Amino acid sequence: MTTATVSRWDRFRESFFWHSFKRDKVAIVSFAVLLMMVMAAIFAPLLAPADPYDLAQINIMNSELPPVGMSGADPAFPLGTDAQGRDLLSTILYGTRVSLMIGFGAVVLQAFLGILFGLLAGYLGGKVDAILMRIADVQLSFSTLMVAIIVGAVFKASFGNLMFGEIAIYMLIFIIGVAEWPQIARTVRASVLAEKKKEYVDAAKVMGFGTRRIMFRHILPNTLSPIFVIATVQIANAIISEAALSFLGLGMPETQPSLGSLIKSGFDYIQSGSWWITLIPGLVLVVLVLVINLLGDWLRDVMNPRLYKG
Amino acid sequence: MLAFLVQRISQAFLVMFVISVIAFAIQDGLGDPLQEMVGMSVSEEEREAIREELGLNDSMVVQYLRFAGNALQGDLGNSYFYSKPTLEVIAEHLPATLELVIGASLIIVFLSVPIGVYAAIRPQAWLSKFFMGVSTVGISIPVFLTAIVLIQLFSIGVTVNWFPSDTGWGQWLNDFFSTEGGLPSYGRGDELTHLFGTWESGFFTGTGLMHLVLPSVSLASIMLPLFIRLIRAEMMEVLQSDYVRYARAKGLSAGRINFLHALKNTMLPVITVGGVQIGIMVAYTILTETVFQWPGVGLMFLEAITRSDIPLIVAYLMVVGLIFVVTNTLVDLIYGLVNPTVKLTGKKA
Repeated sequence: MTTATVSRWDRFRESFFWHSFKRDKVAIVSFAVLLMMVMAAIFAPLLAPADPYDLAQINIMNSELPPVGMSGADPAFPLGTDAQGRDLLSTILYGTRVSLMIGFGAVVLQAFLGILFGLLAGYLGGKVDAILMRIADVQLSFSTLMVAIIVGAVFKASFGNLMFGEIAIYMLIFIIGVAEWPQIARTVRASVLAEKKKEYVDAAKVMGFGTRRIMFRHILPNTLSPIFVIATVQIANAIISEAALSFLGLGMPETQPSLGSLIKSGFDYIQSGSWWITLIPGLVLVVLVLVINLLGDWLRDVMNPRLYKG
Repeated sequence: MLAFLVQRISQAFLVMFVISVIAFAIQDGLGDPLQEMVGMSVSEEEREAIREELGLNDSMVVQYLRFAGNALQGDLGNSYFYSKPTLEVIAEHLPATLELVIGASLIIVFLSVPIGVYAAIRPQAWLSKFFMGVSTVGISIPVFLTAIVLIQLFSIGVTVNWFPSDTGWGQWLNDFFSTEGGLPSYGRGDELTHLFGTWESGFFTGTGLMHLVLPSVSLASIMLPLFIRLIRAEMMEVLQSDYVRYARAKGLSAGRINFLHALKNTMLPVITVGGVQIGIMVAYTILTETVFQWPGVGLMFLEAITRSDIPLIVAYLMVVGLIFVVTNTLVDLIYGLVNPTVKLTGKKA
């Protein structure tokens, strides 16, 4: 009777999850920093002093101004300006937005592919399993970055520079999603293999439920926690992959920069002493990836049942 | 054992076949050899005649078989940009990449083994915690960013004036945080030693070695954290095993146990994982070579993309694919040989 009055929020506050979060300073700080960056990225149009996509606001005379605190700085540009005279703080806010969008989108795509193929391989077994996992093995042995670079190169060569620039954001989500699905598929398959031996699956079979219903309604919910852990780490990987592709010129164009293309465009000016154009976006990228990785490590510790019991 | 051998090798051939089909599809889908060969003024009939002569009107299967046949004989077409056989172009660029990979591997081996072993023997020491912390951060830094930071610090140099320079201490602190710079960050230098064939080596001259420093350190930085963690994890597991306890009970010295008995069994899995990682390094050489304008195959591949040099792109794919397949197969076979408990057929658990 009393359980009915316990709200979802109370249950969350009593959970092991919340308790271990409160105890872990690294997790709290990482989460706070990540939340701040995500918020800043979402509200970039409101927060940014200038709109980097708007050519009318750019004055080439302002190019390569240093950040505040160095000689020759202009207080209107707190982090300085890039080679085209764009306010660096604004381009970084918008760039973080693009990077996060691609990272998140790519993980949604690879989770979709990975869960689908992982479930099929694990539950059906036999030939389906052998073929899907062989493909995953081969793709992984080539390293996901290499696959992404090659697919990106082929797309760029077939669409041409201009066309590729316009649809780059969707292309990158597609490329990174397709390049990294095996990671999630393997995790899903491993948990499905463990789950399908359990009694509730036999019960569902005896009750005459169809294969599809058992796979998606019964087994999938029980494999979600490892998927959650690996998806977190994969967001960090996707953001790094995006930055690498953009750095190679196979990603976001300079007119619509991500953190990676900001680093690339700043790199051309590092020899002339304008270090901030490349190193400040670089620092933002490293902090973003680091906090996601630290949260992923923490999630793995919390959700790993073997450690939990031990 | 024979079944395992046959299975692995036939799988390698299957993968190589798939790679060649993909490469063929790229060449067929992207390149129009006619456009590269003839000008605008050539009439449609003449074009048709050339098409027929080149065999572009044959069926896909016939064209693929011709492509594969030529590839087996070492003919992957001519590069549009260099106007010579693509394999020759790759052979000219390969030594630079190999030297970069060798340099990075040396750094990885000489740093990761001592650090990993130390962190396993003394997991609670502050130095171990420091190394593990640094390696967590290291994994989060993309290789091109490490390279840029290294260029800023050791090639361009940083002058710091955070502290008042009129006091001795302030000046000392300023000097302490400033870096000299001066290390080369562009290309391989102009003093290369000719070894054999197309191999020009930078290992034997002062400037050649100086040019190698920053690129190799950058390339090593991405793999180093992985190896330190791997060696630490394996070593800690070995240190828990019965035979190490027995050796301790027998009264052997700690040094002998750690370095002779434990390390030997740690290195087996590390070497096999390492073999695969060296293949994966090829992807990172593309990034490193771009930053340092290192004239290896990675930079060549990227330039081929910008120039739409389709035959060179296709040849690179085939060569890199071959390198991957050969290293992976060898690693698997060696692992199967040295560790008989490994599941040989990989079927039916």
